[in-house]
Amino acid sequence: MQISSHGLWAMIHGLGFGGLYLLAFSGALLELYRFTTPADAYPGSPGRARFLKVYLILMAVLAWLAVLTGAYIVYPWYRAAAPPGTIDLSLYPQRLLMASPITIGWHSLGMEWKEHVAWLAPISITMVAFVFIRYGSDLRNHRQLRRAVLGFAWVAFLAAGVAGFLGAMIDKQAPVKGGRTIQLSSGGER
Amino acid sequence: MNTNGGAASTGTPAIPNGSGAAAILAAGMGAFALAVLAVVGDKCAQLKPILSFYRPTGPLSGVTTVAIVLWLVTWAFLELRWRSNTVAMARVNAIAFVLLVLSLLLTFPPIADLL
Repeated sequence: MQISSHGLWAMIHGLGFGGLYLLAFSGALLELYRFTTPADAYPGSPGRARFLKVYLILMAVLAWLAVLTGAYIVYPWYRAAAPPGTIDLSLYPQRLLMASPITIGWHSLGMEWKEHVAWLAPISITMVAFVFIRYGSDLRNHRQLRRAVLGFAWVAFLAAGVAGFLGAMIDKQAPVKGGRTIQLSSGGER
Repeated sequence: MNTNGGAASTGTPAIPNGSGAAAILAAGMGAFALAVLAVVGDKCAQLKPILSFYRPTGPLSGVTTVAIVLWLVTWAFLELRWRSNTVAMARVNAIAFVLLVLSLLLTFPPIADLL
């Protein structure tokens, strides 16, 4: 059982940071709704508010790690130029996708959209975390602030969802490969 | 930062909305800056090398770095101006959401290709 170092980084970027960020979303949205609705409906405790603040900070950190590892570690391998005359394009995912009319859309639409829309997630969730930390349950008294926080939180989810889905599909068509081979186990026949 | 995490709601805001408004409007502007720069970086061949701050990543590195700097500078500026004030939040929200929706649309390649 082995994995390439490039493939491992793609997993850390997508499944690790991106996947954890998306998994965290349902909890964050639920708690944001509960904390920002009128107090008589859900009297939040200081401990829960502190927990949500830490939770939102961690989500913002995950979002930034996802886009930064994507843009500066994985994307350069994706867009690497193949030397002239290269026939086997499996180490050059962008060129591999562009080489066929069946797969070119995964680059021209998929990656072109993903590489930009993904950045809306960390910008939005950072703002959401900041506003919640600043206002806490006082957000209940700021109807317009509450609306904006929830709206941007949904966009942060949508943007990450689009990027995550496209990333997964692109990786199915043309996975990032290469680099050092990492041996995960030397399992023999059972 | 306040410490009113779980305080009961009184119906009267304890903190002016200026700081939140600054963060919200700056986020909208940052997202929009990113989308506009992405379109410009894609359409303008002369700008591509200028925006390639980190060659292996290409113009994406410049597009995102410039957008993030613009977002943070705008945020800091608005925060300094508004943090103690109560601002017209409905208008701030409207502008921020229009910018956010425009940025979502502009990052979608078929729409960006129409420009």
